[in-house]
Amino acid sequence: MVPLSYYLLLGGILFACGVIGFLIKRNIITIFMSIELMLNGVNLSFVAFAAQWHALSGQVFVFFVMVVAAAEAAVGLAIIIAVYRTRETLNVDHVNLLKL
Amino acid sequence: MLHLILFLIFGAICVAGAVNLIAQTHPINSALSLVVVMGSLAAEYLLLGAEFVAAVQVIVYAGAIMVLFVFVIMLLNAGEEEHTKGSRVALLIGIPGMLIGGALIGWVLLERSGTRPVEVGSLPGPPRIIGWLLFHDFLLPFEVTSILVLIAIMGAVVLAARPESAPTAKKEG
Repeated sequence: MVPLSYYLLLGGILFACGVIGFLIKRNIITIFMSIELMLNGVNLSFVAFAAQWHALSGQVFVFFVMVVAAAEAAVGLAIIIAVYRTRETLNVDHVNLLKL
Repeated sequence: MLHLILFLIFGAICVAGAVNLIAQTHPINSALSLVVVMGSLAAEYLLLGAEFVAAVQVIVYAGAIMVLFVFVIMLLNAGEEEHTKGSRVALLIGIPGMLIGGALIGWVLLERSGTRPVEVGSLPGPPRIIGWLLFHDFLLPFEVTSILVLIAIMGAVVLAARPESAPTAKKEG
């Protein structure tokens, strides 16, 4: 018997790690992996709430999140390849045309 | 009791992998840490009784998506991360945001911790029931996501295709 708050805390820690990685990492691929980490933290909360309220639709929503994550990974990695082809760098600090 | 011990073990592995993802400077090390996180999350799903979600987590996330990441890292020959000065936005928004988020989580855990414990296997998630739900109650979202995946495939092919016939893009910066 594990309290629900433990699962939510673990999901929150994973999400916070993803946010921190998103903000402090400078490699565009690692930033992308931080986004996946955030999605995983949310998925854990979904499954924990589904078990708490005996509603299987929470697990179905996890599938939708996974589909969106897969689509996002495919398009995002293609964008990374396109960025590398034109700028020849993976450092986000060197991709700063829109910066004030 | 065994459930709690297993939860703590896999939760510790999960958090260690997430921290290692941030701490490593080489992207391939971060990618392998992410595989560890996803594998232990699949074990957490099994503890919650979500068998099918656990299997899909291993196959889709730890399998397909991470292989895509590793391939791109190898394709672009990504090396060590260069250190540049941190952004001001991270300092201005990140630290207050972290404080607010931590205070919120602490408040929820202290004041609203009267939630029922989650029992092992209290809600089995076998593929049969999930499939029925997916193709009955959630049929329209399912079809919409299939269109989304189709668009994503085409977008990925268009974006990553080598511009052979197109005029060479002018390099800037």
